[in-house]
Amino acid sequence: MLRFTVRRLAQTFFVLIALSIITFVIFNVIPNGDPALRLAGRTPNPAVVQQIREDFGFNDPLPTQYANLMEKTFKGELESYSNGTNVREELLRGLPNTASLVIGAAIIWVVLGVLFGILAAKYAGRIPDRLITIIGIVGISLPVFWVGALLLYYLTFKVSLFPPGGYTPLTEDPVQWLYHMILPWTTLSILFIGFYSRLLRSNILDTVNEDYVRTARAKGLSERRITTRHVLRNALIPIVTLFGLDFGAAFGGGAILTESIFNLQGVGQYAADSIGTLDLPPILGTVLYGAFFIVLLSALVDIAYAFLDPRIRLSG
Amino acid sequence: MAEALLTVEDLRVGFETDDGRVQAVDGVSFELREGEVLAIVGESGSGKSVTAQTIMGLTRSPNAAFEGRIGFEGEDLLNASQEQLRRVRGNEIAMIFQDPMTSLHPVYKLGWQIAEQIQAHEQVSKADARERATELLRRVGIPSPESRIDNYPHEFSGGMRQRAMIAMALANSPRILIADEPTTALDVTIQAQIISLIGDLRSELGSVILITHDLGVVAEIADRVLVMYGGMVVEQGTLEELFYNPQHPYTWGLLGSLARVDGVKPRRLPSIAGAPPSLIAPPKGCRFRTRCPHEFDRCAELPPLAARAGGTQIDRCWLSPQEKAAKRAVEGRIGLEATA
Amino acid sequence: MSEAADTDALVEVDHLKQYFPIKSGLLIDREVARVHAVDDVTFSLRRGETFGVVGESGCGKSTLSRCLLRLLDPTAGTVRFEGRDITTLSRAQLRPLRSEMQMIFQDPYASLNPRKRVGQIVGDPIKLHGGAKGGEGSVKTRVQTLLERVGLQAEHYNRFPHEFSGGQRQRIGIARALALEPKLIVADEPVSALDVSVQAQIVNLLDDLQDDFGLTYVFVAHDLGVVRHVSDRVAVMYLGKVVEVSPAEELYTKPVHPYTAALLSAIPIPDPRENRARRRVVLQGDVPSPIDPPPACRFHTRCPFATEVCSTVEPPLVDYGGGHLVACHHPQNVSEQEIRAATVAPESPVSAGDLLPEPRGDSARAAAQSSS
Repeated sequence: MLRFTVRRLAQTFFVLIALSIITFVIFNVIPNGDPALRLAGRTPNPAVVQQIREDFGFNDPLPTQYANLMEKTFKGELESYSNGTNVREELLRGLPNTASLVIGAAIIWVVLGVLFGILAAKYAGRIPDRLITIIGIVGISLPVFWVGALLLYYLTFKVSLFPPGGYTPLTEDPVQWLYHMILPWTTLSILFIGFYSRLLRSNILDTVNEDYVRTARAKGLSERRITTRHVLRNALIPIVTLFGLDFGAAFGGGAILTESIFNLQGVGQYAADSIGTLDLPPILGTVLYGAFFIVLLSALVDIAYAFLDPRIRLSG
Repeated sequence: MAEALLTVEDLRVGFETDDGRVQAVDGVSFELREGEVLAIVGESGSGKSVTAQTIMGLTRSPNAAFEGRIGFEGEDLLNASQEQLRRVRGNEIAMIFQDPMTSLHPVYKLGWQIAEQIQAHEQVSKADARERATELLRRVGIPSPESRIDNYPHEFSGGMRQRAMIAMALANSPRILIADEPTTALDVTIQAQIISLIGDLRSELGSVILITHDLGVVAEIADRVLVMYGGMVVEQGTLEELFYNPQHPYTWGLLGSLARVDGVKPRRLPSIAGAPPSLIAPPKGCRFRTRCPHEFDRCAELPPLAARAGGTQIDRCWLSPQEKAAKRAVEGRIGLEATA
Repeated sequence: MSEAADTDALVEVDHLKQYFPIKSGLLIDREVARVHAVDDVTFSLRRGETFGVVGESGCGKSTLSRCLLRLLDPTAGTVRFEGRDITTLSRAQLRPLRSEMQMIFQDPYASLNPRKRVGQIVGDPIKLHGGAKGGEGSVKTRVQTLLERVGLQAEHYNRFPHEFSGGQRQRIGIARALALEPKLIVADEPVSALDVSVQAQIVNLLDDLQDDFGLTYVFVAHDLGVVRHVSDRVAVMYLGKVVEVSPAEELYTKPVHPYTAALLSAIPIPDPRENRARRRVVLQGDVPSPIDPPPACRFHTRCPFATEVCSTVEPPLVDYGGGHLVACHHPQNVSEQEIRAATVAPESPVSAGDLLPEPRGDSARAAAQSSS
């Protein structure tokens, strides 16, 4: 465990450094990326641009610029070029919104995904299986932005059943919070429900043919016990892995589309807005924040895996 | 003569597949008597494993069709309800399988798996079940069972895993043990250990049905032998009858084609030509006739399983006992035909 | 041509070692242990012979067979093929030699590409090695001849592997191995996945092909019966070491190493009366881990005859005459005279030293046996 932790920490460090360099380099090589020009407004005066370059250190050699940027990052002093807001504070402000979206949706997609997966496997080849298969494939094939737009159009603008987006903090008004979250949750979880139920169905159907399930039956166990203790116990392991990674990605800002469609003001939307204005510091901040969550969750997945399957040993 | 504990009557098992119906077992009848070791011998596709698994109801599936009767303690296991079967499995009839690595659940400790077997049929506390599991492991020759009980299957060697499988099978003192190729996946020296363990435990095991392709193992522990070919029983007799007075040409072929480590080495290994028959479209008449060098016109009609050689032996071949005695003697030993 | 000292030898294996490192470490991996898969093995293959290699799982027999074909890079030692050291050759230098040595695998289901037709499976190696001089047509004729030679039909050329039974697939595998007219064929458990009646067919086929094509075989198997049948000489391996090499028949009638004797004794004989009359030696315990093998004689932890010397001094391979070499301090089935005449064989591992077994009176031997 010590070896695992040390290695993972070292890996995380290198991943974050590498990502920050890549982000920085991309930003500096893309065309029309000169931030000073954009900061200077619509009709830039060359002297003002020059002044901005001087103030923001854009004239320094790139390694120096990078070093300065990273120093600010670690001190929490990273500020947006366009409006001067502190990146760390912005991230912290978006975090509860993203958390509300992702945690709620994750509960829905895991519960329904697992339920549908079990039902489909139990009635393999029969009508419930076919129905779930169709629903699953539809869910997988529908793009998130389209589902979101569709829901908004029909349930909000046509019948005014739900609010047109926005976020109400849970601590402020739990009912409004829930009311605002239902559509985003649905939008985000539909895709995952399809994936998870398909995966679990095929895992279960593979596992029931394992020799150890035949042994369980030969022992005279009840079918219920065989299913829960012997089949699902193993069939669910890959689901745990997948869930950890998906959850990490969504939490790390991967739910960009859903957040933007419903104007949730979360981390993903912050990232999307920053990319829109080619604002380097917030982009760098959100990239590092997202990468951190993904690396963290993948480490947690490995630990869970070793816990669930004693044949696996943790190694960096 | 001891009473029959289990009677299989005209068992037929067919499976629907994309290529057609596979008739894996085609009219098999036999009795298992109290306290005996009955070996069922055959090659892959002979129906031996399907027969054994059907006794336990392990072949039930939407694609399977069954006919016949499996009588055990006044019940018909073939048509028994799931609950009736559940009470028999592991409790009255236990089974061990070929590959102990894949047959044990990989994520549970061995002690847990054995305790689960005990608690499936008896009301005992967790602590008592664990105590008994330890005792069972000790009895099958696992050193320091108190600590080994908390090991996972992957922490055991192949031989130890098969011992643990046997311990689990013994847990509820079943009346019948079905051993499906119990030594095939093991190394030679470990095979010998497992065979000698089964020998030592014979008094506790009740009756044993041993499924195997290895005539050496049969010679070592069986009392009676059933030879299967193409889903049918082609010969049945006592150990002595089968090895020293075999009646069916397929049995001769099996005995003759073995590469043995003792005796005079033949210049060429006598083999059986061709491959086992298709179970979807088996040959008409005798199933073995397409590979049999002694085939004659009558073989187009399926011979009945009948007593011809005297004793308790029955076989499925049209040749007379005199013809058989003459034809099976090849180069001073039993074989199917002279080698080229 | 080659400048082999021994023109009779096709392959010479000299103090071959194949270790597999096990790596671990906090931040950077270091080698913390080694699997001693093959540990100082020396032997040579004569042209036209069949050399059997037997042993239980983990003894290193499969690793050894892969070293012979340079499918692995040995840790130490050399393998010379027709006098040329193949352990140091580059990929490009090896390529022309690849056609001279071929392998037949255990699982005829897994070793044939299911998406290729039989004609391609057998014919591709010919094309790859530039044997298609007469064009497409000549390759096809050659493949069809090969198919017929291994007991299949020319019409099978366009079929897929899944249309064949296990025995027939192994015939396809054999045809593929023969396609380049190799000199050496290494067969790793070629019949163990097959039914008994089909095993005999394949064994006989291999036998015929050897005569027709002048092949040299290395036959690796765990089934001592099959190995006895096909082999001219047999090597018995235990935990990476060769413990006994002998002309085949002599090994079965006069096993000298206690491990060989135990292996033979463990095999049930398909004859109930003989079986009952036999005294069986059932070895206790399992084969120890090749990561940390027992010191000195690797078999001493399971050997019924082991004494102190067995755990302290590694026994050298000792020559008892007639090509019968055994690495044991307490040889069985040999007379005192034979022990006195024995010498340390040049094939003996470097680490073994030259301590010869002590001749003991027959009474002492009998006492040792009865007390075990």
